[in-house]
Amino acid sequence: MTSTTVSPRPARRIVRRFNLGKSVAWTYLVVVLIVTIFPFYWILRTALSNNFALLTNPSSLLPVDFTLGAFRRVLGLATTQEAVAEGGSGASIQLGHFILNSLIYATLSTVLIVFFSAIAAYAFARLHWRGRDVMFNLFLGALMVPGILTLLPNFVFTKELGLLNTFAGMLLPTALFSAFNIFFLRQFMIGLSTETEEAALIDGAGRIRVFFRVTLPMSSGPLFTLTILGFITAWNDYFWPLLVTSDDSVRPLTLALAVFKQSSPQAAPDWAGLMAATLVAALPMLILFMVFGKRIVNSIGFTGIK
Amino acid sequence: MAIVTSTPTQPAAVPSAVAPARRKSPRPNSPAHRGDGKLAWILISPALVGFLLFFVYPTIRGAYLSFTDFRVLSAPVWIGLDNFVQLIHDDVFWNALGVTVYFVIISVTLSIGLSIITAVILHRLTASTVLRGLIILPFLISGVVAATVWSWMLDAQLGIVNILIERLGGDNILFLTSRGWAIPSIALISVWKNLGYTSIIIFAGLQTIPPTIYEAGRIDGANELQMFRRLTLPLLRPVLALVLVLNVIGAFQVFDIVQVATKGGPANASNVLQMYIYSKAFGQFDFGYASAMSLALFAVLIVITFLQMRLLRASESDTD
Repeated sequence: MTSTTVSPRPARRIVRRFNLGKSVAWTYLVVVLIVTIFPFYWILRTALSNNFALLTNPSSLLPVDFTLGAFRRVLGLATTQEAVAEGGSGASIQLGHFILNSLIYATLSTVLIVFFSAIAAYAFARLHWRGRDVMFNLFLGALMVPGILTLLPNFVFTKELGLLNTFAGMLLPTALFSAFNIFFLRQFMIGLSTETEEAALIDGAGRIRVFFRVTLPMSSGPLFTLTILGFITAWNDYFWPLLVTSDDSVRPLTLALAVFKQSSPQAAPDWAGLMAATLVAALPMLILFMVFGKRIVNSIGFTGIK
Repeated sequence: MAIVTSTPTQPAAVPSAVAPARRKSPRPNSPAHRGDGKLAWILISPALVGFLLFFVYPTIRGAYLSFTDFRVLSAPVWIGLDNFVQLIHDDVFWNALGVTVYFVIISVTLSIGLSIITAVILHRLTASTVLRGLIILPFLISGVVAATVWSWMLDAQLGIVNILIERLGGDNILFLTSRGWAIPSIALISVWKNLGYTSIIIFAGLQTIPPTIYEAGRIDGANELQMFRRLTLPLLRPVLALVLVLNVIGAFQVFDIVQVATKGGPANASNVLQMYIYSKAFGQFDFGYASAMSLALFAVLIVITFLQMRLLRASESDTD
């Protein structure tokens, strides 16, 4: 790998060099994988430990003094006495409530934005109308505006609408319009064969019927890509919910976890409890990964290249 | 991170995207398309409302608020350039800008460098989707989760990383609580979270390079390293430009990891711009000044993006 000579060498040397390079490459990959995966294992290992026992044996690879106490504690199932006995701070987090909030927020925002993007994309891909190209280029311009510029004015606007601390206020700025989604779906729809659609139109089906019965099913691949990436983004969303929520009523899980982390005592944090809460927060994404792993990987590659 | 869905800004694709629309120019009056106009406006109306109310309006309003004294509870008062004059004399702002640039440089360099290596190695060694799936795992969790688990692993006394360092004979490192380590530590967390995502995009770019090019290279006697430098890197340029721009824009707006891991401390050592803007707006309710800083950050981003696109000639590919 180090030689820069390009003259042909004996075959055996080439094979040996290549194998050396190969083993270095595999070693690198294994290191990257360990660093990537280890924190997930550490979450699990800490969450299943007794928080007091962690102090005495911080480096054990297995849970220290195995217990489900941390989960019971953060879910509010343990009495204060039990919690304190295992090193809890007494603070709990209504995980069930926040999971529900996150599910409502992530599902609604994903379904709405994918649907609104799909109908807009259809108008840009298939319909002939005055102003189409101008409108499309204006929409694309929004890709250039980073969130930082619109966040504060959007907060003020949401406040003026009286929508602070509501799901509507959390959803509106992102659920109606996504330049990337529209662009992505329009590109795909332009590439679709028009034959089936035209046949349906000749048979007397209306445009809207054709859209729902023909175009939408034929676009299921990219629709899935946008749905899954949208759901991941919404589930992990932090900044906007932080701005527009002020109490626990609609606050999503990510935000609740951050509050829980920040309110834990600086001197002796309940790491076992924190990791239990972290695991619960990450669990839906881990399940999604186990079910759709391959499609998620392909989706991400696909959006980057498209 | 919000950039994920708005991800492929990819200006490279824009010209080609517009081309087909121009080819078949709209003929609103052709019989097959009678009535299209009305339907089209109905179909784009939700997106149009969102675009006007939550992109155009706040962009204009944000620019306007930058020139006002605005405390949310009372109406904004026009004060001309006062906010920007204050900005120039604000040491905390310049510190925040410096800290942010420092973070951007470390995290983007590491992230892109490691991602290229990872993607190339994955591409040359294995077609396993399982491996690619595993390295993308951190992308699926939130910055808050990532920052929480790393706060635990980097803890000064009980953190596993410091225990390992001690076992190897080193001294305790105050990763998140010392001035020197705060930003590098946050950068490491951010790189850990984004490495897989960036690698997969680069990997997809590698798959578009025809294998015949490498065969030709091999016949010419080039070794792996030479093929990487002379073939892979130049052919990947459009994808690398995209990844670079996205990483830089995302890194300039880093927030959740910082807020959870260090809260901007110790003593402003990790007080990044987004963090400072947030505390000005929601800690001191100085929305006018916070808007002015947002506008300044936006200007910085535009200049940097433009420079990157020029330097990398992002819209041209060497494949042709």
